[in-house]
Amino acid sequence: MRLFKDARYDFLGIRRRAYIFSAALILMGAFFLFVHHGLHYGVDFTGGTLMQVQFDSATSVGEVRGAIAGLGGGEAQIQQFGTSNDYVIRLPNFAATQTQDVGQELRQALASTFGDHYKVVRTSAVGPKVGTELQRKALEAILIAFGLTLIYLAFRFEWRFGVAAVIATGHDIIITFGFISAFNVDITLATVAAVLTIVGYSLNDTIIVFDRMRENFKGKRKEEYVQTLNRSINETLPRTVLTSGTTLATLFALFVFGGEVIRPFALVLILGIGIGTFSSIFVASPVLLEIENWYRRREARA
Amino acid sequence: MLSTIKGRLLVIGGLILVCAWALFPKTGPDGKSISPINLGLDLQGGMHLAVEIDDPNHTMDAQQRADAIDRTLTTIRNRINQFGVREPTIQKAGNDRIIVELAGIENPERAKEVIEKTAFLEFKIVRSGDELRRALPRMDRAVVDSLGPQNLGTPGLPGESASAQQPGLKQLLQGGADTGQAGADTSGGAAAAGKGAGPDTVGGDRAGAASTDTAGLSTRPLSALLLESGTPGEFLVAQQDVPTVQKYLALPGVQSAIPRSTDLEWGASPVGEGGNSYLPLWVLDHTPILTGDQLADAGPATRDPTYNQPVVPFTTTRRGAREFERGTSRHVGDLMAIVLDGKVQSAPVIKETLSHRAQIEMGSGSTLQEAQDLALVLRAGALPVKIKIVEETTVGPSLGADSIRKGELAFGIGILAVIFIMVGYYRVAGAMAVCALCVYILLVLGGLAGLKATLTLPGIAGLILSVGMAVDANVLIFERIREELARGKSARTSVEAGFQEAMSAIVDSNLTTLITAVILFQFGTGPVQGFAVTLSIGIVASFFTAVFVTRTFFMIYLERHKTGEPVSI
Repeated sequence: MRLFKDARYDFLGIRRRAYIFSAALILMGAFFLFVHHGLHYGVDFTGGTLMQVQFDSATSVGEVRGAIAGLGGGEAQIQQFGTSNDYVIRLPNFAATQTQDVGQELRQALASTFGDHYKVVRTSAVGPKVGTELQRKALEAILIAFGLTLIYLAFRFEWRFGVAAVIATGHDIIITFGFISAFNVDITLATVAAVLTIVGYSLNDTIIVFDRMRENFKGKRKEEYVQTLNRSINETLPRTVLTSGTTLATLFALFVFGGEVIRPFALVLILGIGIGTFSSIFVASPVLLEIENWYRRREARA
Repeated sequence: MLSTIKGRLLVIGGLILVCAWALFPKTGPDGKSISPINLGLDLQGGMHLAVEIDDPNHTMDAQQRADAIDRTLTTIRNRINQFGVREPTIQKAGNDRIIVELAGIENPERAKEVIEKTAFLEFKIVRSGDELRRALPRMDRAVVDSLGPQNLGTPGLPGESASAQQPGLKQLLQGGADTGQAGADTSGGAAAAGKGAGPDTVGGDRAGAASTDTAGLSTRPLSALLLESGTPGEFLVAQQDVPTVQKYLALPGVQSAIPRSTDLEWGASPVGEGGNSYLPLWVLDHTPILTGDQLADAGPATRDPTYNQPVVPFTTTRRGAREFERGTSRHVGDLMAIVLDGKVQSAPVIKETLSHRAQIEMGSGSTLQEAQDLALVLRAGALPVKIKIVEETTVGPSLGADSIRKGELAFGIGILAVIFIMVGYYRVAGAMAVCALCVYILLVLGGLAGLKATLTLPGIAGLILSVGMAVDANVLIFERIREELARGKSARTSVEAGFQEAMSAIVDSNLTTLITAVILFQFGTGPVQGFAVTLSIGIVASFFTAVFVTRTFFMIYLERHKTGEPVSI
C-alpha cells in the first residue's frame, strides 16, 4: 500500500485559508479562555482538597451536595466521575481548623450521611505554599524546555527555521490551551506534562519537514523557493500522516480504555498532536515562506 | 562484530536476555514475590505526604531549622518502622521539607496521625484553682481594657449561652463546694463583679447568666464563661464558647494576669453534661514533674478493667525515676494531669509515690487503637518541633489495581492498532518494525526494572505514547527506502541509503523529545517524573531498535532476497 505517492499538493498555495482556520481556532480558544470560563486550575496548583469517593449504590449530585453542605465555605465542586456511584469532590481549602484538615472534615460529613456505604478511593490535598511553588515550577519547565529546544534548533538550522518553528509551536500551545478551556480540563501536573509532550511532538514534526527542506535546498534542482517547500512537505507527507496515525491510534486506545483518571490527559494529547501535525505543514512552512518573501521585498526595494 | 548478522543477533539476543532477567519475578527475603517493576503509589495504592516545620512566626534560624528537620526525619523514620510498613520512603526534599511515601497502606488516616503527633508528654500537678479565682477579676478587666466593653456582648451570645440554658448543669455546679450559695444570687453579674475578688465570683456569674443577664458578659467577659466542674483545678467551658475563651486567654494583658508559675491547659476531649458538651480547662503547675524524654519504654497498651479506659504502661529512665519520685512524693492525694501536646488527657489522683513504672490513663473516650498508637509514638520519641502536612495524596488499592488493568488494556489495544497499521502499510518491512517494536517494549520494561525506576499511571501513558512515536523512526527510514527504490536503485543500495539519509531527522527529533523529557523529570513530582522516565527510556530504546534492530532484520531479509525481486515495503 502506498499513500500520497508522488503527491504534489500545493500546500503553500492554500496557506491563506490555513491562516483563517488557525485564526478561527485561536479566536475560539480566546473566547473560552477570556470570555467563557477560562482555565480551571486543579488542586495541584491552587492548593485545596480533592477526594474521589465511591458509593455502594447510585447517588445523585444533590445527595452528595447535601451531605457536605457548608464545608469549604460552600464552594465545594461535585463532579460525577464515570458512573453514578463515583464522585470527585473538590474544596478550595486545605486546612480547616488548627487540628483538622479538610479531608477529615469531608470524611466525617460523608460518614454522617452515608454511614459506611461509601469508600474514599483517592485524596489529594495540597497546601497553598506547595501549590504556588508548583505553579512557578511548571511555568519554568515549559519555558526552559522551549528555550533549550530553541538553542538546539539554532545550532542545527538557520535562524529563520528556528523562528518559524517557534511560531508554529507557540500557535500549538495557544490552541491547546484553548481546547483545555473549551473541554473544561483541569490544569494539573499531568496536563502540564501533556502540554510539554505536545511541544516536543510538534517541534519534532516541524523538524522532520525542515530537515527535508534543508536537504532539498542543497540540491541543484532549479525551482522556486515555494516549490522546494511544497515538494519537501509532499515528500514527508506519508511519514507525517503515518506517525500521527500510529500515535493517535495509541492515544485513542488510552482515551477509550485507559480509565477516568487518564482520560483528560489523553484528550489533551489527541487534540494537541492533531494541531501539532497541522501546524508543521500549514503554519511552520508558510511562515518560512513569508520570511523569505519579506526578505525579497526588502532586497528589491534596496 | 557489529558488521556481521551473527554478531548483531548476538548483541540483540544478549540485551533481550538481560531485560528478561531483570523482569523475572523475584522473591524478597520475607518470601513474598516482589514486582520486578516498582509501581508508583497511584498504581499500588498508598499515601504520599510532604511535611514541614510549623513555624509561622519564623522564630527559628536556618541552623535550628536544619537541625530540627534532621531530628524530625529520624523520629518519623523510627515511628514508621514501628508502624510496620514495607519499604517506606522517608526523605528530605530541599532544606525544609520531608517526603513520606507509604505504599499499600491500609489506614492512611491512622498513619497520618502517627506521623503528625508531636507526642510531647508532660506530667503536671493540678492546682486547686483558688489562685486563678483570685486572679479572674484582673483577667476580666484586662479583656475589657484591650477589647473595649462594646465588643464583648456578641461572641458568646449570652442569651443562648449554654450555661443559661442548662438548669441541670447549674445544679451540678451548685453542688460544688465553693459555689453553693451562688445560684441563689440572682442580683446579676454586675453586682457580683462589683463585690470584687472571691471564690463566688464564678458562681455569681453563673447565676447572672442563668437569669440571661448580658451585663455579666460585658464586665466579666472571661469569668462569665468559666464554670465550676466540682473538681478543684478544673473549669468547664461550653463548646460554643471555647473559641471566645481561647481568644481572651491569648490577649497579652490576660496572659500577664494569669497567676505566676501556673498554666492553663485544655482537656483533650469534651465532657457531656445534661445534653450539652463542655471542654475542661485545667489549672496546672507550670513546671512538669516529668517529661516524655525521660521515658525508657512504653506499651503494650491495655484496657483498664475497672474504669474501662485504655491505659499505656511505661517505664522511666533512671533519672526519670528519681524526678518522678521527688515530684509525686510531695503530692500524694493530689491530681496529676497527663498532658500530651498541650492537651490534658486525664488527671488521675496520685495514690502513692511513683517512680520507675507507671501508666498513662487515656480517658474513657479513647479507643485501644489510639492507646497503641500513643505507645508507639512515645517509644519512638517526641518530635523536636511541631510539624504540619503541606501536601497529601492517598490512593486506595482498588483504584490502583483498576488503573493497572485499564492501562494494560489500553496498552494492548494501542499496540494492536500500531501493528495493524504498520503491517498493513509496509508488509514485510512492517512486520520487521513490529518485531523491533516487541524488542523495544522488552527493553523499556527491562530498563524500568533495571534502573529501579517507578512506573506510575502517567508513566503507562508515556509508555503507550512512546510506542506510537517509536515507530516514527522506522517510518522515516522506510519512506526513504521507498524513495530510493522509486529512483530505480537496487534493493541493497536503497536500504543502505534509507538508513543513512533518515539518520539526521531521527537524531534531531529524538534529541528534542529527550530535552523535553529531561526537563519534565527535573521539575516534576512523583507521577510526572514517572512519565518523564518512561518517555526518556522509551526514546533511547526506540532509537536503538529502529536503527540497530530493524537494520539487522533488513540485513537478514536482503541475504535471502534475490536480486531483481521487488522489496516488500
